[in-house]
Amino acid sequence: MPPVALIDGNDFYVSCERVFDRRLAGMPVLVLSNNDGCAISRSAEAKALGVGMGEPTFRLRPLVRRHGIRVLSSNYPLYGDMSRRVNEALAGFSPAVEAYSIDETFLDLAGFDGRDLWAYAQDLRATVRRWTGIPTCVGLGPTKTLAKLGNAVAKKNPAFGGVCDLTDERVRCAVLRALPVGDVWGVGPATRRKLEGVGVTTAGGLAALDPKHARRLGTVVLERVAAELRGLACLDLDLLPAARQGVAVTRSFGQPLHDLAPVVGAVAAFATKAGEKLRAQGLIAGQLTAFLHTDRHRQGPQHHGSRTARLVPMTADARDLAAAAGRCVEAAYRQGFAYAKAGVILDDLRLAGQAPLDLFARPRSDALMRAVDAINARYGRGTVRVASMGFGAAWSPRAAHRSPAYTTRLKEVPRVRA
Amino acid sequence: MPVPLADAPCLLVRPSLRAPAGFPSPADDDLEDGLDLHGYLVRRPAATFVMQVDGDSMRDAGILSGDLVVIDKAEEPAPGRIVIAVQLGEFTIKRLVRDRDGRHWLCPENKSRPELKPIPCLEDCELWGVVVGCVRRLA
Repeated sequence: MPPVALIDGNDFYVSCERVFDRRLAGMPVLVLSNNDGCAISRSAEAKALGVGMGEPTFRLRPLVRRHGIRVLSSNYPLYGDMSRRVNEALAGFSPAVEAYSIDETFLDLAGFDGRDLWAYAQDLRATVRRWTGIPTCVGLGPTKTLAKLGNAVAKKNPAFGGVCDLTDERVRCAVLRALPVGDVWGVGPATRRKLEGVGVTTAGGLAALDPKHARRLGTVVLERVAAELRGLACLDLDLLPAARQGVAVTRSFGQPLHDLAPVVGAVAAFATKAGEKLRAQGLIAGQLTAFLHTDRHRQGPQHHGSRTARLVPMTADARDLAAAAGRCVEAAYRQGFAYAKAGVILDDLRLAGQAPLDLFARPRSDALMRAVDAINARYGRGTVRVASMGFGAAWSPRAAHRSPAYTTRLKEVPRVRA
Repeated sequence: MPVPLADAPCLLVRPSLRAPAGFPSPADDDLEDGLDLHGYLVRRPAATFVMQVDGDSMRDAGILSGDLVVIDKAEEPAPGRIVIAVQLGEFTIKRLVRDRDGRHWLCPENKSRPELKPIPCLEDCELWGVVVGCVRRLA
């Protein structure tokens, strides 16, 4: 089996922030989710202080105050740009690179079998570190599942020096024997309980499980996972991102909204954003759903509303999408509720060229939208907008501690003292 | 050695090509893309970052307050190059110099400010990147 590598950025969001704010080095740091709801990235120092993954922000306050933990809102433009840079740096190490998530990348190392993989992985880590400032760990294995597992082991156990090579059969046996079966990629809590019920508690036990038995216990997926643990590749490197099933933009509001007007403004903004995503992929949509709901975790009357509209003709035009989203949400809205969240989902997607011709299609929509996208790319999102979005933005999400867009906006690049 | 663009004045001319209808322009076959200043300044996009300069300690190197400097983190911070270093958590731009005894220094370059002294660059001094360009808009 040709070896596969999984490269993963350590505490990726925190690491991105630390590249540009060097005062954060060595400090406990947290990055919060959208709308500052909970902790989604923690520095090693913050983990050591007992900050849990996904812990709600309000519950963290005493800990933050006591230890002077630095807290940041998430800055996705920055993380996305840094992720792109990491993948670009990795492209020099293999012709087959699969960006699996914002902080994880698979490399196909076919043809590298004879080489010293450990040294190659260390070279790759050093290059990514030097080029981008992002620290990484590398897992190597004959399959993706094993590469992912090796990565987790390298991250948890500093003795590995950042690289865990599971292509070596002896290392693999030792590591699998010590690893709880629940830590294997693709084994959820329900499957874990089933496996433990038949005495399979470690990854090594799952690897040794009879394939037919594995299929009876779980599904064909579990059988594949077991095969991957034995070193048989069942999951190909998907070099092309999967075709989109739908485009969704949903957000929590920064504060509860009672009136219709700001809600319409919010969904118009979400529809505009969804339209940008659509156009970036050369797609058009035939169906739009807008929904809104109250906060289930709060006291008070609850309501969940949702409406779907056909888009005729199919469109990616911001004006059509915002108008349809506005109509849907007007129909779904009820007076007397404190709405906390809304969203827009576009379905029935097709490549723009494959749409049925329509007599009533807007003339020159493509050219206009191209111009709008170009202006907004240059002068900032929302420079040109549909009027229903408004300019007040009472709905805009909380991001009280967001760092600058260091790498994507000239006005926000870091300052250097001379 | 970075050359500040503004110190090397040049006129960028991009002729507009208009042909009367019916006659093909003789230049059509030889059309090229416009000048690519970004490509000139950025060799490795993945490793290149931009910072804005605040202060005049590098004036004699042609780097003024307000300038945008282009930084390549992949370049080797060798003596003689202008670098971004980290001092007490802040970025500072200075020339890296090695003296006869092999010690490294971060040196300001502004003769009118003699009070600015070289800073010793010890083992634990973080060199963030190498400055490979400097950009200034004049109008």
